[in-house]
Amino acid sequence: MPADAVAFLLRRVGRATQNSVSRLGFAARFFALVLYHSPAAFKRIGLTMREIYFSGVLSLVIIMVSGMFVGMVLGLQGYDALNKYGAGDSLGIFVGLSLVRELGPVVAGLLFASRAGSAVTAEIGLMKTTEQIDAMEMMAVDPLARIVAPRFWGGVVSMPLLAALFSVAGVFGAYVVGVRLIGVDNGTFWGNMRAGIDFWPDITNGIIKSVVFGTAVSLIAVFEGYVATPTAEGVSTATTRTVVGASLAILALDFILTVFMFRGV
Amino acid sequence: MNRSTIDLWVGIFVVIGIGAIVFLALRVGNLTSLQTSPSYHLEAAFDNIGGLKLRAPVKAAGVVVGRVEQVRFDPKTYQAAVTMKIDDGYQFSKDTIASILTSGLLGEVYIGLDAGGDTQMLADGGRITKTQSAVVLEKLIGQFLFDKAAAGGGK
Repeated sequence: MPADAVAFLLRRVGRATQNSVSRLGFAARFFALVLYHSPAAFKRIGLTMREIYFSGVLSLVIIMVSGMFVGMVLGLQGYDALNKYGAGDSLGIFVGLSLVRELGPVVAGLLFASRAGSAVTAEIGLMKTTEQIDAMEMMAVDPLARIVAPRFWGGVVSMPLLAALFSVAGVFGAYVVGVRLIGVDNGTFWGNMRAGIDFWPDITNGIIKSVVFGTAVSLIAVFEGYVATPTAEGVSTATTRTVVGASLAILALDFILTVFMFRGV
Repeated sequence: MNRSTIDLWVGIFVVIGIGAIVFLALRVGNLTSLQTSPSYHLEAAFDNIGGLKLRAPVKAAGVVVGRVEQVRFDPKTYQAAVTMKIDDGYQFSKDTIASILTSGLLGEVYIGLDAGGDTQMLADGGRITKTQSAVVLEKLIGQFLFDKAAAGGGK
């Protein structure tokens, strides 16, 4: 009897492993196929423009407002903590570094995954459910070139710009709280920030991070939509998987990238 | 929504996004550090470099004239050999004194150069012979206590 139970458990572990490995392999092949079909997305640039509009432009408000609030909170909490050691003047460098290096790419990426990634997954999943993708294949239109590649590249292009805007909004929020409200000297705030933050490596590494996150979120979003079970439940599961998977991917990739980028600094 | 409206909005989005990156580069960050102006190297040996780090500033009269490029331990002299990268525009005389200083009590550690009166200038790869080590606070306190004790014993 126990031998049966053990075999049963082992079989389940084995099946789960096989499933995830084949899914991973399919995702990698899918990524290669999307890249292969990418020239079509640039040839018909209007399609990609449309996706940049939907995932980039329409995410602007939430990104800017969140950035502002994050910056304002950083300003208040940072000043409170720094002032205990008489270092309230370093508020600018504290806020700038945390936004440019970490919070800008990461929080903008998380918001982007929930705002734009989930929408892309739901859209592609629903197209599959309503057999639009099959219809396209019947008409000899490649859905990867027509549907998936523009959405993928729309996300990859939008994400770094959104992350930079998030950082700028955050710096502005910290400026409002730190300089206008608390009364840190204006010149000290900007001067310390500029003295402590270098274009290379701080800002360039932030941009590299946001490009990586944009690629990861977009790939997960289009993949989950494309492999979604074509039912109402399947689409909702796929949307959830996109948000959970993309958020975890962002946080894990952020750790890995940070280890490589800032270990020696 | 028609094509030209979408193009317009995407155009606005891309322009302000690139504007944000430029703002980060110029206003938040320090783009000038990207430029590699022509420079030459100087070396100096210190008994103790304290908390000196790579890329720490080298200052003369408070103005940043270069950066620390390399710090290593010389096993023959038991001293720290520091290589500095100095901007080509600045020349220093052969009897320049290099000292390791701290801005404020907890501030960053940097190398201060005090120019001497020699008419000959240090060339690329030149060596600053007159150096002053970092002041180690713990040693200073120990010295102070020792002196106090000695003075008290003499009474």
